[in-house]
This record gives sequence, structure tokens and C-alpha cells, in this order.
Amino acid sequence: MSPSPSTVEKALPETPPRAGYDVDAIRRDFPILSREIYGKPLVYLDNAASAQKPEAVIAAERDVYERCYANIHRGVHWLSVHATDAYDASREKARAFLNAAAAHEIVFVRGTTEAVNLVAQTYGRTRVGPGDSVLITGLEHHSNIVPWQMLCEEKGATLAVAPLNDAGEVDLDALERLITPRTRIVSVAHLSNALGTILPIRRIGEIAHARGVPVFVDGAQAAPRMPLDVQALGCDFYAFSSHKMYGPSGVGVLYGRTELLEAMPPYQGGGDMIRSVTFEKTTYNALPYKFEAGTPNIAGGIAFGAALDYVQGVGLEAIEAHEAGLLRYATEAMQRIPGLTVIGTAREKAGVLSFVLDGVHPHDIGTVLDREGIAIRTGHHCAQPVMDRFKLPATARASFGLYNTRGEVDALIRAIHKVIGMFR
Amino acid sequence: MSELRDLYQEVILDHSKRPRNFHSLPSANRKAEGYNPLCGDRETVYLQVEGDVLKDVAFEGSGCAISTASASMMTESLKGKTSAEANALFERFHGLITGNPEAAAGPALGKLEVFSGVREFPVRVKCATLPWHTLKAALQADGSTISTESEGPAAESGGA
Repeated sequence: MSPSPSTVEKALPETPPRAGYDVDAIRRDFPILSREIYGKPLVYLDNAASAQKPEAVIAAERDVYERCYANIHRGVHWLSVHATDAYDASREKARAFLNAAAAHEIVFVRGTTEAVNLVAQTYGRTRVGPGDSVLITGLEHHSNIVPWQMLCEEKGATLAVAPLNDAGEVDLDALERLITPRTRIVSVAHLSNALGTILPIRRIGEIAHARGVPVFVDGAQAAPRMPLDVQALGCDFYAFSSHKMYGPSGVGVLYGRTELLEAMPPYQGGGDMIRSVTFEKTTYNALPYKFEAGTPNIAGGIAFGAALDYVQGVGLEAIEAHEAGLLRYATEAMQRIPGLTVIGTAREKAGVLSFVLDGVHPHDIGTVLDREGIAIRTGHHCAQPVMDRFKLPATARASFGLYNTRGEVDALIRAIHKVIGMFR
Repeated sequence: MSELRDLYQEVILDHSKRPRNFHSLPSANRKAEGYNPLCGDRETVYLQVEGDVLKDVAFEGSGCAISTASASMMTESLKGKTSAEANALFERFHGLITGNPEAAAGPALGKLEVFSGVREFPVRVKCATLPWHTLKAALQADGSTISTESEGPAAESGGA
């Protein structure tokens, strides 16, 4: 019923790998990629959920604890000074990575989710009132829906949603119409985690700014996959997570333009975010510390700097081209599989390949692939409204990273044929 | 591969492709809806209860192979049972798929033994128990939606 693996491979178009991108060398940098799962080589295609870590990141975190760990921004002693320098060096690396105008525009948070909550609870709480609205799109991750929903509920405001077309692209005309004089912020993903759609951030910024509305961009999926320049993109806030870009979990970045951050009240109260405290009055610290209460993930923040060095060493243009090649190759191969439907067919797409198989539930696909050593995500991808839009309970999703290969895509395709053989 | 065959036994595949008692039940006097956010599975279980006896049992909805087959075989095994017998059967079934030996005593599972392979796939236990939890809710005549997430830590709370 299903073609043999060799037939599948022959059916695939022959395109040579890109010159100059040494994926074998990159793979050797990631210790986990050499392990086996159920006796099969690991094929890790769940990068949109979280990416694996290179030795450089693992070593950086170990090095902090072995050689220069202490609390930051506090001590006069040698260790504290050196830990502080290393932590602040990561902030400068994040600034350069985003091409932000100043390092104080980089606020360290736990991840993209916390960044959205921070902006909703500070900028949002002071600017959004009864009858106002917050505008998002139909392809947002739950983390770019729920914090705004909570804010709107508290304030008596409404959450407006720009709809998607059947390809999974945001309807920009509708988005433009939904911006009213009461719209206080537009919050959009840069790259959809469920569909892979790339949003035209620059255009959305122009539309919103023409009406004086600031734009928040959830860059969790874009940051590991494409070169970024927040000034060229024209966004007011940009957020991403370290763990999806080969760094430790529990670390993330909120970029905000200085004048916006200055005007915002603090997020959490505590140590490090204050200038002086008496029982009568507290004055707050300067940017970015005003938003960084308490001891952060120090070693993780420093190792995040190593992750930024690593991806920039490989080069974001090179990573983007490599993943685009994999996505094209996998999409063409999947479209040859009878009964398989790719969900999300936007013209501008990256990194993520969602699909469903006639007569086979995604969860069953995931279980069979798992026993082949292939890790994919199945379910609603924390984007239930996207699933509802396409009238699906769930999809299977393969998502690529800088270390994935065409051979791994071939393994995925073979395993899907195995699923079909079992269930049809 | 052998463990996969233990999970997806022929009987289970057959019931997932051709579920029995897969329809609404106009004569039902109890029903409940079950939801598993991990799979997006939704199943409605209908009961026609007379006295304390389950005269008829049916279900509707969409789900993965395991939950659909489990619902299908559950409806077959419950007809004519009392609610106490149904609860005892669930306890035994739960013990079988979680590998809990304490549940070894109790009513014979019969055909439901084919689900023993589920114990090698802990993340799929909730798929097999969804229809049974929904049954319990229907027996308690609780009209609310039952989520698999009320029985333990959230199966899917974060990530992307």
C-alpha cells in the first residue's frame, strides 16, 4: 500500500544542499543530537516548541557556576562584579541582535509570555480604559491572547481580532478597518507557531502608526529563524524567548522604545527595580532595571549570550535560507502523500509545517512517529482559535531548526507512510 | 514496533474505524460531554438508565484511535450493567492501563483486556479513560463538560 522508502526517496526532487552551510559540523555542536530514542537516531522536529542546546551554551552555563557565580548588581566583591559584567554583556548582545537603539531598551524577562504580560499590565493598564480596544490577529498563540483578554475584562475594553484567510494569512484590509480611534495597542505574532505564516510587520506598523497606535510583536518563532532589526521593522515592542533560539529556558527579552518604557509604571515590585525605599515613598530605578525586580536567572542570562553568539556565528541569513530549503523540500514531499493536507499555505512562510492525514488523528501520528525516534508536536499548539478557524481539533506539526537535514525529512516522510500503512 | 502493535491491536483499530453505538440516543435520560485538551478530543456519552440499570449506552464525537475505540468498547461492555458494576469495571480498567496491581481484583474485563498495551504509553492513558470519566459524569447526572485535565497535572500547558 505504501511505497517502499527507496521509492519515496526517488520521488523527491534532487536539490543539492546549500554550499557553505556545514550542517554536519553544526550537528556535532549539539550533544543531544547523537543520542538514540527507542534504538533509533533522534530526529528532532519540535523546534517551534523548544530548541536543543549547543555545547557552547551548556559550557557557558556550567562555567558560571564553576567559576564566576554571585548575585548581580549588588556586591563590591570580585565575583559579583564579574557576574554582573557577564550578565550585562548578554543584554548588549541582545541589543545588537535586534539592532535596538540602546541597551536600556532590552528588558530581561522569563520569556515571551512574561513580556506580553508585562506590557499588558503596565502599558495596557495605564492606557486601556472602558470602551477602548486591543487588536490582535486570528493566528495568535494563547500567550498573545489571554493577557490582553484579562486586561480587557478588567477594564471593560474589547478584544478585536483581525481574521485569517484560508491560506492562514492575516486579512490586512480587515485589520486596518478594525483600528478605531479607541484602539490602544496592536499585538501580533511575527511568525505563526501553528501555521508558519510570516506576518508583514513593517506594513502592520505603518497602518497602526498612521493612526497613532503602537505595535507589540511576539517574535518567539521569528527570532531563531530570520535576521531582525526592530528599528527597520518599525515596531514599538518586540519579545522573544531564549529557549527557542538554542539558549536556556526561563530567559527572554522584551524590547521597548525608550519613550514608551519611560512612561510605563513598573511591573513587579522588589529588589533591583528601586532607587530608594522608605516606608513613605519608593523611587524607581532607571531603565531597564525598573522592570527587573528580584534576582533573575543569572547563569541562564549569561548562557543566553552564548546562544546569541552561536546563532550569529552561523548567521541568521544562512539559517533562514537553510530552513527555507528544508520547508520547501518537506512541503513538496508531503504534497505527494495521498490523503495528507498541509494546514497553512501562506505565500510567506517559515520553519513550521502543520498537517493532517485523512482518517488518522494527529495524536496517533505522533505516537507512531515517536517510536521511530521522530519528535513532532501534535495538538492545538497553544493556538486553539487557529484550530477552530480551520475546523480541526488538532494538527501534527514538524518544525525545523538550524541543525535539521534533508535526511531527517526523508525519515519523517517514511514514518508517515508507516502511519498510513497501520491505520488505513 | 512490537509495542506499537500492542497498543494498536487489531480489535482497537477495528473499533476506531467502525465505532459501535456511535450515535445520539433519543431515549437517553443522562448525558455528559468529555474533553481532552491534549488531543482536542470531544466525546458525548448518552445513557438510558432504568432503575439502576444501564439499558442503553451510546456516544458521539471525534477523537484519536485510542479514545474512539475505548468509547466504542465501553458502550458494548456496559449494557445491562448497574451503575455500581459500571464503576467497578472502570476501576479495574484504570488499573489495567496504568499497571496498578491493586486493581487486579474485581470484575473480569473480557474484551477490554486489549487495552493492556496502553500502560507502555503513559501519555495515552488519558485517551483511553476519557469515555469512562465522561460515563461517570453522566451517571452523576452532571451536565458539565468533563476534562481529562481534572485528573492530574495539565498535559499541555505551555510551549508552542
